[in-house]
Amino acid sequence: MSKRILITGLGIISSLGNDLAENLSALSQGKSGIGKIQYIDTLLRDIIPVAEVRHSLEELFLIAGIPAKEGYSRNALMGMVAAHEAFQDARLDQLPRMHTGLISGTTVGGMDRCELFYNDFLTNDHRNAYIDSYDCADSTEKIAMFLNIRDYITTISTACSSSANAILLGARMIRQGYLDRVIAGGCESLTKFHLHGFNALKILDKEPCKPFDEKRNGITLGEGSAYLILESEEAAAVSDRHVYCELAGWGNACEAFHQTASSPDGIGAYLAMKKALDMSKLEPSGIDYINAHGTGTDNNDIAEGRAIEKLFNSAIPKVSSTKPFTGHTTSAAGSIEAIISILAMSNNVIWPSLNITEPMKDLSFQVTTQMLKNVLVNTVMSNSFGFGGNDTSLIFRKYQKTE
Amino acid sequence: MEELINKLKKEVIEQLNLEDISIDDINPDAPLFGEGLGLDSIDALELIVLLEKNYGLKIEDPKDGKKIFYSIRTMAEYITEHQKS
Amino acid sequence: MSGQQYQISYWCMIRQNRVVMPGRDWVPNENFLTFTEFIKALYKKEQVSYPKFYKMDNLSKLGFLCAEMIFKNNPVTGRYKSEEIGIILSNSSSSLDTDLDYYKTIKDPSSYFPSPSVFVYTLPNIVTGEICIRNRIKGENAFFISEKFNSELLETYGRLLFESQHMQTLLCGWVEILKEKYEAALFLIEKKKDNETGNEFPEFSARSMNTLYYKINN
Repeated sequence: MSKRILITGLGIISSLGNDLAENLSALSQGKSGIGKIQYIDTLLRDIIPVAEVRHSLEELFLIAGIPAKEGYSRNALMGMVAAHEAFQDARLDQLPRMHTGLISGTTVGGMDRCELFYNDFLTNDHRNAYIDSYDCADSTEKIAMFLNIRDYITTISTACSSSANAILLGARMIRQGYLDRVIAGGCESLTKFHLHGFNALKILDKEPCKPFDEKRNGITLGEGSAYLILESEEAAAVSDRHVYCELAGWGNACEAFHQTASSPDGIGAYLAMKKALDMSKLEPSGIDYINAHGTGTDNNDIAEGRAIEKLFNSAIPKVSSTKPFTGHTTSAAGSIEAIISILAMSNNVIWPSLNITEPMKDLSFQVTTQMLKNVLVNTVMSNSFGFGGNDTSLIFRKYQKTE
Repeated sequence: MEELINKLKKEVIEQLNLEDISIDDINPDAPLFGEGLGLDSIDALELIVLLEKNYGLKIEDPKDGKKIFYSIRTMAEYITEHQKS
Repeated sequence: MSGQQYQISYWCMIRQNRVVMPGRDWVPNENFLTFTEFIKALYKKEQVSYPKFYKMDNLSKLGFLCAEMIFKNNPVTGRYKSEEIGIILSNSSSSLDTDLDYYKTIKDPSSYFPSPSVFVYTLPNIVTGEICIRNRIKGENAFFISEKFNSELLETYGRLLFESQHMQTLLCGWVEILKEKYEAALFLIEKKKDNETGNEFPEFSARSMNTLYYKINN
């Protein structure tokens, strides 16, 4: 039997709050993190809502617990906050070291600062400490330094599925015996750069997003960071720690259809979900809840919906998108939603898809629009699809010890 | 009108990087999307930018693009009509 | 771990006005000063008929043509199912080359026209998407950011994919461009057949990828 991958620590910062408890509290109260743009100086300020982490750079230094210095982007700081929480949550700071890796997904890198200082870079040397932070790998290196991780560090960049792929890669490294523990996830800060880019693609909703609504009108961008501690069963057994769940299956596929659009039948989504399901050895009816990618674009929601219909047929589980809570946190969405999925499982709730007034007519199933409490959630599937046609699906299952 | 049509052809070729296509290859009445030039949804957005940049015309809803960007001629007609006002 | 061996069935490198493949070396007659001229000449020379090529950003053009050279000489699409072909790419500058182009379209508020077609290429993994679309590849794909050509990463992750997924073949390597500095090194990896022991193909290992990479580097 292949090695099982257990989740022993979680850390998250998002528009819902600075840590796991704050995020859970906002979710439980049905409170969305979407609001007016505060921290980006842009023409879109009063036009497009976003889900910002409501802290300035200075405040993020405080939350991370390090003195403010040049060269740190919002992105790196959010990553440090979330990774540190996960690290502490799994009590890795108190345990003997094992072979540990850090795998992080990000795409915009330190763009949040670099776009502010771009003119400085060209005309003077005042802000040069930030030049290196543009690099996608910069935030990963800063987190590694912060947590003193040296065995294996890598950065993965596959757009909106980046951090889901970080989890998938981490799981594989453990299963094949390369590592015992992995801190896997991702971080992404909002930038003028991609805010305007998504706006040019005409896929930003002027209202808070409403995935799976008949009149859905696009994405609401968000920011944040989340990391999970993945361990082999042997590593997790050290000093009898809490196990949230196990990662029971994963799948990644390329859609090979278009640079940014999903194919109408969602073949990439279907292949990724099917691979994950096959690996978990669960029947379609064995999945209790799907935390959908559900971005709120015309294209994604119908493609994903079709793929779900095709794979689950008559046994469609509860489905919702939590992007109306957190916004679409792009590269960080995979790990943020992985944690939100795990929270659904450990609290036995189904998070609602907020903002739906008129459910999509073309789908044969109903998306969950009201919070369901005290339902048994033993298994969750979390979907993350990215531009480039990179589609990833993860399955989490409540952990039962091998007899 | 013919002058505008030729100008538009040039601009479309440039904006959409249609390197192997010359002005004479484009029939002003043929559909721009679908088979013809092999344009896709991103090209449609790029045409929206073209109208705004070169003609000061703003299209808010990309769905309106379908009619406007049906062919070079429909584009030219739209421009003539809206620049008057 | 299984005793399955893997081989580098084919490879292609493109670097500063030069294309190298097993037993072949192409240097254009003209000494092109820009990447744009060079890559267009290569596209024409190879008679690739794919108008979308012109719409790609430079990173995608580079990766696309490098993959084209490999698949042209070693087609995989007929031999394997789409889902059995994987692709792993990496580089150090991510999509910075295109990020800078896109940034030009938003930096000046008085001529603010963000280009959607440039923006979609501000993601490094779009090049993997382009190669997948062209070659009907539907298997795993990933894009890593590393400081320099990292053959260990490619070998480790490549082996993971072969061993844990139903993958039959893999395109992996490095596609890097920043302004006029460009370099692509792609390798086509397949399972070694039992009856092919003693064949000519280099083994799939970090070492042999390094050997090829650095031999041609200098």
